[in-house]
Amino acid sequence: MGKYILRRLVMCVIVVFVAAIIIFTIMYFVPGDPVEIMLGSTATVEQKDALRASLGLDQPFLIQLGTYLLNLLQGDFGTSYTYNAPVTNELLSRLPYTLLIGISGIIVDVIISIPLGIYAALRRGKWQDTACTVFAMACVSVPDFWFALMLVVIFAVNLQVLPVSGIGGPRYFVMPIAASALAGIGGLLRQTRSGMLDVMNSDFVVTARSKGVPEGKVILQHMLPNALIPVVTVVGGHFSRCIGGAVIIEQIFSIPGLGAYMLNAINTRDYPVIRSSVVILAAVTSIVMLVVDIVYALIDPRIKAQYSGK
Amino acid sequence: MNTTTAETFAEARKKYKKQGQAVQVVKRLLQNRTAIVGMVVVGIIILIAIFAPLLTPYNPNTLDPSNAFAPMSLAHPLGCDNLGRDTLARIMYGARWSLALGLCAAGFGAVIGLVFGTIAGYYGGWVDSLIMRILDVLQAIPGNLLSIVIATVLGSGFINTVLALSIGGISGITRMLRARILSERSAEYLEAAASINCTTTRIMFGHLLPNTVSPVIVNITMGIGATIMQAAGLSYIGLGMPTSTPEWGAMLSSSRGFVSSYPLLLLWPGLAIAITVLAVNMIGDGLRDAMDPKLKR
Amino acid sequence: MSQTNEKFLEVNNLVVEYITGKQVVHAVNGVSFSLDKGHTLGLVGETGAGKTSIAKSIIGVLSDPPGKVRSGEILLEGKDLLTAPEEDMLQIRGKRISMIFQDPMTALNPVMTIGDQIAEVVALHSESGNTHEAKETALEMLKMVGITPERYDDFPHQFSGGMKQRVVIAIALACNPELLLADEPTTALDVTIQAQVLEMINDLKEKLNTSMILITHDLGVVAEMCDDVAVVYAGEIIEQGSKEDLFDHPAHPYTHGLFGSLPSMAKGQKRLHPIPGLTPDPTDLPKGCNFSPRCPYATDACRQGDIPLTELTPGHTCRCCNLGHLEKKEG
Repeated sequence: MGKYILRRLVMCVIVVFVAAIIIFTIMYFVPGDPVEIMLGSTATVEQKDALRASLGLDQPFLIQLGTYLLNLLQGDFGTSYTYNAPVTNELLSRLPYTLLIGISGIIVDVIISIPLGIYAALRRGKWQDTACTVFAMACVSVPDFWFALMLVVIFAVNLQVLPVSGIGGPRYFVMPIAASALAGIGGLLRQTRSGMLDVMNSDFVVTARSKGVPEGKVILQHMLPNALIPVVTVVGGHFSRCIGGAVIIEQIFSIPGLGAYMLNAINTRDYPVIRSSVVILAAVTSIVMLVVDIVYALIDPRIKAQYSGK
Repeated sequence: MNTTTAETFAEARKKYKKQGQAVQVVKRLLQNRTAIVGMVVVGIIILIAIFAPLLTPYNPNTLDPSNAFAPMSLAHPLGCDNLGRDTLARIMYGARWSLALGLCAAGFGAVIGLVFGTIAGYYGGWVDSLIMRILDVLQAIPGNLLSIVIATVLGSGFINTVLALSIGGISGITRMLRARILSERSAEYLEAAASINCTTTRIMFGHLLPNTVSPVIVNITMGIGATIMQAAGLSYIGLGMPTSTPEWGAMLSSSRGFVSSYPLLLLWPGLAIAITVLAVNMIGDGLRDAMDPKLKR
Repeated sequence: MSQTNEKFLEVNNLVVEYITGKQVVHAVNGVSFSLDKGHTLGLVGETGAGKTSIAKSIIGVLSDPPGKVRSGEILLEGKDLLTAPEEDMLQIRGKRISMIFQDPMTALNPVMTIGDQIAEVVALHSESGNTHEAKETALEMLKMVGITPERYDDFPHQFSGGMKQRVVIAIALACNPELLLADEPTTALDVTIQAQVLEMINDLKEKLNTSMILITHDLGVVAEMCDDVAVVYAGEIIEQGSKEDLFDHPAHPYTHGLFGSLPSMAKGQKRLHPIPGLTPDPTDLPKGCNFSPRCPYATDACRQGDIPLTELTPGHTCRCCNLGHLEKKEG
C-alpha cells in the first residue's frame, strides 16, 4: 500500500508538472503584449524594451519555459506584472480560503446527499423517492454562481440575516459554501441512491437478514459500505468541480481566495498570476483525487489487495 | 404442437426484427413522463429561439433610456434593464445563444472524445497509453479553470467560446467510450466483420462505435446542460460572449451591479438557464432509463 | 418437546407472488408439506419452479417489494412464522432456522472479513453478546468446516467458490439451528467439491440433529441426502412421498419425465429422455393442471379446474387426474 501511494505521489508531481508546461504554452500564445498593458500606451519604446528584458520576455520560448519550470521546482511562481510582487506569497496566503470553501462544500454535499440518497433508495417508487430525485435534478440544473447571487438577494439584501460579502466570522462563509456545495449534491445523491439500489437486493444482504441482523444494522453495516464504493469514486470529480466553481463564487462574495486573485489577473492580463493559480489548483485537485483513491482502497478490500500487489 | 411452437418462434423473430434497438429505445422514452416533459420544454425553447423576432416587437439591443429599469407591465412583461432594453426580448433572443453554445460545444467536445476514445480503445498499446496520459493531465486541471484559461487566450466571441467550453467534455467521453470498447473488442461480430474483409475504419466506425455508443449518448445529453451553465459562467466573468450580447450569462454579468437595487434583472436570465438545463437533463435522464431499462430501479 | 401429533415444521397453503409493474408472477401457488425433527426433505424441480421462494418465505427474507406472501401459514412447532412479530423473527433467524444460499460468490459481504461474518451471527444470538466469545466460536466453526483459523481476517475475494461455500455453511450452522434450509448448496461448485460439501453438511446435520429442507435439481443429491421428496412444478407440489416412493414408483407424468431423464447405466438406457416444451410463464399460468401443455397424456379434464392431491399409498401423494391411465400405459 505504501509503495502504491508513493508511486501515485510521483505520478501526481509529473502530472502537475506537465499541466504547468501546457498552461505555460497556451498562455505564451495569448495575443496582446503584457508590457504594453503594464506601462500603458504612453510609454516609450526604450522603457518597454527595458521592462521586457527585466521580465525575461525577450528570450526565446524554450528558454522562458525552462526558466519558468526551474523556478517552479524551487517553489518560485514568478512575479506579478501588475503588483510587481512575488506571486508565491500571495498564492499561499490566498489558498486557505479557496480550500476552505471547496472542502467545506464537499463535506456539506456528503452530509446532505448521502442520507437523502439512502432514504430515497429505501422509499423507492414512493413520493419521497420522487421528491429526492427532483431535488437532485434541480441541484444540477441551477448555475452555482446564479444561486450565489440569489442567496445574496434573499438572505443579505432582503432578510439581512447574513453579511453580503467579505470575510470575518463563520457567518461570512455560509452563502459561499452553500453555493459551492450546490452542484455536487445532485450527483452524489443519485449515485448513493443507485448504489443502494444495487446492493439492496444482493445476496449478501439476504444472508445478513437470514442471520437475524436487525434491519437498521443491515442498512448501516452491510448495505452502506458496499453502496458507498461507487460514491467515493465520484467525490474526487465533484471536488474538482467545486474548485472550478469557487473561482466565480469567491468573486461574488469578495473572498480573497485564489479564484478572485485569478479573475482579477484575467482582467489585467497578469499571466504569471493566472498560470500559477491554475497550477496550484491543479496540484490541489490531484492531491484530493489521490486521497479519494486511498479512501476507496480502504473501504474496498478488493482494491486494496490489487494495490498492494497481492 | 411442434408446428405451433415453430410458428410462435417465427412470429417472435419477425416482431423482434421489426423493432430494432433504436425503436425500442424511442418507445421506452415516449413512455417516460419526465423525458416527455423535458422534450416539450426544450421544444418550446427551440421554437422561441427560432421565432423570437415574431414573438416580441422589441429589438433586444435597442437602447431606450426612458424605459431604464421599467417595472413589469403589459408592454414589458418582464420589465427593462438598466439601459431600457426589454428583458423578455433579450431572454427570447438569448435562447439562441445559449442553445447554440451548449449544442455546439458539447457536440464538438463529443466528436473529439469519440474519435480519441475509439482510437484508444481499438488500437490499445502505446497509442492508448499516450491518449490516457494526456487525459490524466487534462483531468488534473478543473474543467472550469481550463475553459477560463483558454477563453482568456482566445478572447471572446462565439467560436472561441465553443472551443473553450468543448475541452471540458472530451476526457469524460473518451474514457467512457474506451472502457466500453475494451470490453467489447473481443466480441464475435468484430471477428466476423474482419473475416469478410472490412477495412479497419469500417470496423471501427461502422461496427464498434454504434455498438458502444449508447451510454455515451446519455453522457453527451447531460453534457449539453452542463455546458449551457458553463457558458453562462464564462460570460458572467467577462469572458465568453461580450456583455452587450443578449446571452443569459452576459445579461447576468451586466446586471451584477444591481443585486440590491434591481434584483429582478438577475432573476430572469438565471431562471431561463435553470429551466433550459433542467429540461435537457430530464431528457438525458429519460434516455438513460430507456437505453438501459435494467438500471431503472 | 411439543405434542407428539404436532409436526416440527408445517407449511400450509403457502402462496407467494412477485409484483413487478403491472405483472404478477405467481411463484408459489398453495404449497403444503410438513417435516419431522431430524428429517431431510428434498424440494426438486426445474429452475424457476418456486423452490427458493418457499425457503425464503420460511425464514422470512423474501425481498418485499417485489415479493409478497399472499396467504398460508408456516408453523414452526405450532407457531405461525408469517404472523410472528419482527422481534421474534430476529431471534429465530440465524438461531433456530438458518439458510445456505445458492451462490457462494455473492452470498458474502465483500467488505467484511469472513471471520467477522461468522462471529456476527454468533454474537447476535448469544446470551451475553460477548464479542470475544463470538470470535472463539467463529474460529471453531472455521476449523469445523475445514478452513484454517488463520484465515479469520481474510476477505471473501481471497477465497475460492468452494471455500466461500464452506464459510456460508459455517455461518448457517454457527448457532446449531434446528432447521437448515439449503438452497442448491452445491450447484455453483465444481463436481469434485460438491461431494465434499454435501458430506460436510450431512455430518454436521447428524451431529446437531438438524432438520433440513434441501433444494436441488440434482436427483443424485436427493438419493444421497433426503428422506422425503417433494416435486415442485410451476409453484405447486405435484408429487410428494418418501424417497423410495418417488424413485421406485413415480406417479406423475412430470416426475416420470424428470426421473426418467436420469441416465441410468444399470437399466441399459441408451438415451436421455428430455421433457418436451418449457415451464409455463408464471405470469400467465394455464388453466387446470400446470403441466398439461407439456403432458403427453393430457385430456380435456386436465385443462379445467383445480387438480386435487390424491393419496396413492400412505404418505405418497400426487396431483394428477389420469393416474389410472398412466399406470396402464406405462405398464
